[in-house]
Formats: sequence, C-alpha cells, structure tokens
Amino acid sequence: MQHRKVALLLSIIPGFGQFYHRQWLKGLLFLLVTVSFFVAFKDLLNMGLWGIVTLGTEIPRDNSIFLLAEGLIALIVIFLGLIVYYLNLRDAYKTGVMRDNKQTLYTLRQQYQHVLFKGYPYLISGPAFLLLLFAVVFPILFSFAIAFTNYDLYNSPPAKLVEWVGFSTFKEIFTVDIWRSTFFDVLAWTVVWTIVASTLQVALGIFLAVVVNQKEIRFKKLFRTILVLPWAVPGFVTILIFAGLFNDSFGAVNNDILAVLGIDAIPWLTDPNWARFALIMMQGWLGFPYIFLVTTGVLQSIPEDLYEAATIDGASAFSKFRHITMPMILLSISPIIITQFTFNFNNFNIIYLFNAGGPAVPDSTAGGTDILVSWIYKLTMQSSQYALAAALTIMLSVVVVSIALWQFRKSSTFKEGA
Amino acid sequence: MRNRSRLIRLTLSYGVLIVMSIMILYPLAWTIGASFNPGNSLISTSIIPKNPTLAHYKELFEGSASLPYGQWYVNSVKISFFTMVGAIISVSFTGYAFSRFRFKGKKNTLTVFLLLQMIPQFSALIALFVLAQMLDMVNSHWLLILLYIGGLIPMNTYLMKGYMDSIPMELDESARIDGASFTRTFWQIIMPLSKPMLAVVAMNGFTVPLGDFVLSSVILRKTEAYTLPIGLFNLVNEVMGASYTTFAAGAILISIPIAIVFLLLQRNFVSGLTTGGTKG
Repeated sequence: MQHRKVALLLSIIPGFGQFYHRQWLKGLLFLLVTVSFFVAFKDLLNMGLWGIVTLGTEIPRDNSIFLLAEGLIALIVIFLGLIVYYLNLRDAYKTGVMRDNKQTLYTLRQQYQHVLFKGYPYLISGPAFLLLLFAVVFPILFSFAIAFTNYDLYNSPPAKLVEWVGFSTFKEIFTVDIWRSTFFDVLAWTVVWTIVASTLQVALGIFLAVVVNQKEIRFKKLFRTILVLPWAVPGFVTILIFAGLFNDSFGAVNNDILAVLGIDAIPWLTDPNWARFALIMMQGWLGFPYIFLVTTGVLQSIPEDLYEAATIDGASAFSKFRHITMPMILLSISPIIITQFTFNFNNFNIIYLFNAGGPAVPDSTAGGTDILVSWIYKLTMQSSQYALAAALTIMLSVVVVSIALWQFRKSSTFKEGA
Repeated sequence: MRNRSRLIRLTLSYGVLIVMSIMILYPLAWTIGASFNPGNSLISTSIIPKNPTLAHYKELFEGSASLPYGQWYVNSVKISFFTMVGAIISVSFTGYAFSRFRFKGKKNTLTVFLLLQMIPQFSALIALFVLAQMLDMVNSHWLLILLYIGGLIPMNTYLMKGYMDSIPMELDESARIDGASFTRTFWQIIMPLSKPMLAVVAMNGFTVPLGDFVLSSVILRKTEAYTLPIGLFNLVNEVMGASYTTFAAGAILISIPIAIVFLLLQRNFVSGLTTGGTKG
C-alpha cells in the first residue's frame, strides 16, 4: 500500500498521519488542536445543534432565539474546524506523495518557513475575516434563518417558543391581501425612487460640472466650493434641516418661499405624492456634488488638442460635447454611477429621517414614501413582524445580488480584479 | 452672430450657477439663522433674527439629563475615531493580501466581498440586537465600533486592492531581492504609496458612524450612550418644532468642523476614488 493512502487513512484521527511520517511535532500540534477544539466547544456544539433543530422544548427554560443564535455559531465553528481538518488530511496526503516519490522530506525549519511564506496572506487578513464573519456573515445567516420560523410579536421568547415553519411566511407575502398589495406598492415606489433620484443627481452633477468648466466662466473656485457644500455637511443633519424646511405648518418652504410667489401652502409631509416629490428633489440636492467633483476631475484630464482638432474639422460646440466630452465622462465614471443606484436603492436615512416613511396610507402596512429597506426596518422595530421582515430581506438580497452578479460578469474590471 | 450666441450661453450659465448657489446656501443660512432665533418656535423665525441670542448654544452645554449634547459629541467622536483606525488597519492588510498574493480561495472571496457589500448590513437588525443581548453588550460603544469596522471591510478592501494594483510590482520585487520581508515591503513601500486611498478609507471610517442611524439606534438604548445622529433625531422628533431651534444650534456645531475638513481634503478623496473606482 502506498504511503499516501496509509497516511490519509490514519489522518482520520488528526495527527496520526503525521506520526506515520515521523513528523512528531506537527502531528502533536494537529492532535492538540483537535482535542482542545472538542474540549472548548463541546457544550456549544452539543447545545447549539440541539437548539437549532428543536428551537427549544420547554418554557421558560429555553429561549428559542438565543438557541438559534447559538446553533448558528456552532455551525460556523464546525465550518472552521472542518477547514483545519481538511488541512490535516491534505498535509498527510502530500507528505505521503513525496515519500512515494522517494523525495526527501522538508526539515522542521523548512516547513516553518514554508508555512510562513504560504500562510502570509491568510495571517494578515485573518483578523479582518473573523470580524467580517461575526459582524456581517453571522447576522445575515441569522436573518435568513428567522425567515423560516414563526417569530413575531405573538410568538416571541421568553413567553412562547418559536418554531420552524418552512416557506409559509414567503407564501403569506403573496397570498394575504394586505401583504401582497403593500409589497407591490412599496416595490414599485422603490424602483421609481431608485431610478429617478439617481438619474437626477447624476445628470445634475455632470451638467453643473460642464457648466462650471467652460473657459469663460469666472469665479470657478467660489462656485465649486459652494456646489460641493451639500457633500461636506453630514447627511443626517441636512435631511433633518429639510424636514423642518418642508414642515407643513412652520416650514420656510410654505411660509416664506411659496407665500412670496403667491402659491398656496403645499401639504409636503401629509400628501404621499408631494412627499415623494420633495424626497427626490432633496436627494438631487444631496447627491449631485459627488458626481460633480468626479466629473470635474475627468473634464480637466481631457486633452485640449482633441477639441482643437474638432474645431478645425468644423464641429459645433454641441457636437464637440456629444462626441468628445460625454463619452469621456461616461467611460470614466460609469462604475461610480452604478454605485449611486445601489446606494439609493438602500437609502434608508433620507426616507426615514425626513418623514419616517410617512404619511400613513389606508389599507397598507407601509407609509406612502417607504422603500423596501425602511419598510423592513419598521416591520422589525415597530410592529415586531420579525419573520416577515426577514423573508423580505431574503427576497431583496436575492434580487440585488443577482443584478450585481449579472452586471459584474459583464464588466471587465471584475475579470481583471479577480 | 457668434458673439450673440456666446453671450446667451454665458448669461444662461451664470444664471444656472447663481440659482443653484442660492438653492444650496438658503437651507444652510436658514439653519444658522434659526439657531440664533430666540424662543423654541420657528413660526417667527427669519434668516437674520431681530433679537439674536446664544441661548440655544448655552442650553446644549448645560448638561441637562434629557439633552447631554456634550456627551453625545464625545461619544460620536470616540466611535468615529476608533472605527477609522480599525478600518485603516484591517483594510490595508486585506488590500495588501489581495493585491500582492496568490492564494487559494482568492477569487471566491473577492466575489463574496462584492455581494456582501450589496446586502445592507442593517437588514440583519434582529440578529444584531440578539447578539448584543447575548454578549450583554447593549449600549456598548465597542460592539458598535466592531460592527462598523466589519461592515466597512468588503467595500474598502475592494477600493484598496484596486489602488494597490496600480503600484508597480517591480517595486516589491526589488525590495524582496534586497532582502526585505513582506511586512517591511508593506510598511516602507506599499503604505506610503497608498496614501490617497488611505485618506479615502479614513474618511469612510470616520463618516460612516456619523451617517448611521439604524445600527446605533438598535444597539444604543440609553440617552447618555447616544451618538449625535440619534440624539439630534430624537430632539427634533419628540416635540417637532418645539425644540427645532436648539437642534439647529446642535447641527451647526457638528457640521462646521466636518465641512471644513471635507473641503480641505476633497482633492485627495477625488483622486483616490477615481483611481480605485475605475480600476478596482
């Protein structure tokens, strides 16, 4: 029998494959890691796996939600353990191959350096990965798990146990009338909001950059500084300021500006359509400076002789803009434009801080300006519809992720980047 | 004819710029005016108040139990600062690993990063609250800082990797030949050359906690543990209008320092973002 197979078989108990190769220290290390893994995590694994399957059996002893969390942590720990286990098998097998080929084995010192060299990227990014696992991956997994339970206001620990219910929450979104109509209303507004607000801020940013960048315009520096101000002031502050400005009773928009123009007061915060209009305008105000800055950078890098050549060929100002300026801008900032769309799709702050997603709409569980993320927030924090919120999160993530994957598969940056 | 169309174009251009400038400056001027207006109500406010007063600024620092503005300010600066430091450290390491090394799972990890950045972190609110309860860290600023750093890693690693990719490999190689270790190459060659992108990451790290309302409102439940965004939001919303002038004063004190730093550093941010953005 070949060495590689023997070593692989023996490695089913970590360390023994290495002992077979007479690599005592390494074998001992693997064995020790394995033993301490089971000693340290025995309770967590036992409790967690039981918990995630049953979600608790007895009130008040068991808290289903804590059990679920422990279960997920146990799964993550098992996953990390399996990686070490795989490394153990692979090491024993590879050393076996070398012995089969009659090569001399690495000395301990060589091995140490080899591990240091190969492991360097893992070593330096390891802590960041652990943090990512705990701060981002675990919460997402947890949400996904919640979507398949009946966790809500009426089924919540410590008074009640939570149970697995499979896909029934997803079914309810489409079968219960109030959920279905709310869902499609919110979805429609989210799409309109994303497209209109993002297009407005991008168009405004590019337009103003081109205007300021004309040769004859003076006070360029002053205009640029003013135009960048909305970006420099913290967003939450500006949104709250606008909430005051648009206030139906005391806001300056109604009392000062429209009154001067002789227009009757507009119900900005209580009429859904006016509120939506105000939100889109505000996002244009808040979002254009960033595009403006980036476009200005691009404009300054377009070589002057391109325009001179066009002038000699008799091109008009407009055709120079269409055939030189615009393509150059779009080429350089298209990745940034895409991020504007994803940003607005998830732009919770402006919706919630302006009017808390309101005004309230009859026959709907969402407010008139709620987008998907703010609706999810309200379902979680205000009406305790945890399972429903989680199911919506899954659907939202699936949509966003598939669009993103499709987009990045097409773009070359991704191929180069990876 | 040519001159006339030029005149029209310039008049229109200046017209647009002046209108835009007014639209930008008006809300800001209105807020400054409001903060000096006497009384709490806004009904009688004007941009240039008749009897300007500093009362609202004084009120902020009186330290009343329901309005610990100074404490909120300290909390916000502390959280922003440590998030920034943590983000710089972790992102420069991951960026270096992804830019300079070939290792198993690299391509898949990059794809996962890309997708993670698309799923908003706060869609996992319930989980974060349960986590805080289990760890007994409700109201803990450190938990919040760790969550912010974790959330910043995917996107900023991408930017950092893109920027480091634009630094020629030959520099590393010659350093390696001269006997420098990976760590030394990192500190003495890669880090100094990545300064513009480090500025971007630092900015993101500092401003994300200042712009966040969701995570902090889930984790921080005590008034004195609040950050400025939650504190000011509650100030405005508890009795809308009643304390708006005080809010205006508080908003100004946070906006001015940040706006100045932004305006001073904007050149760095733009060059960093365009390089990382287009190549990353």
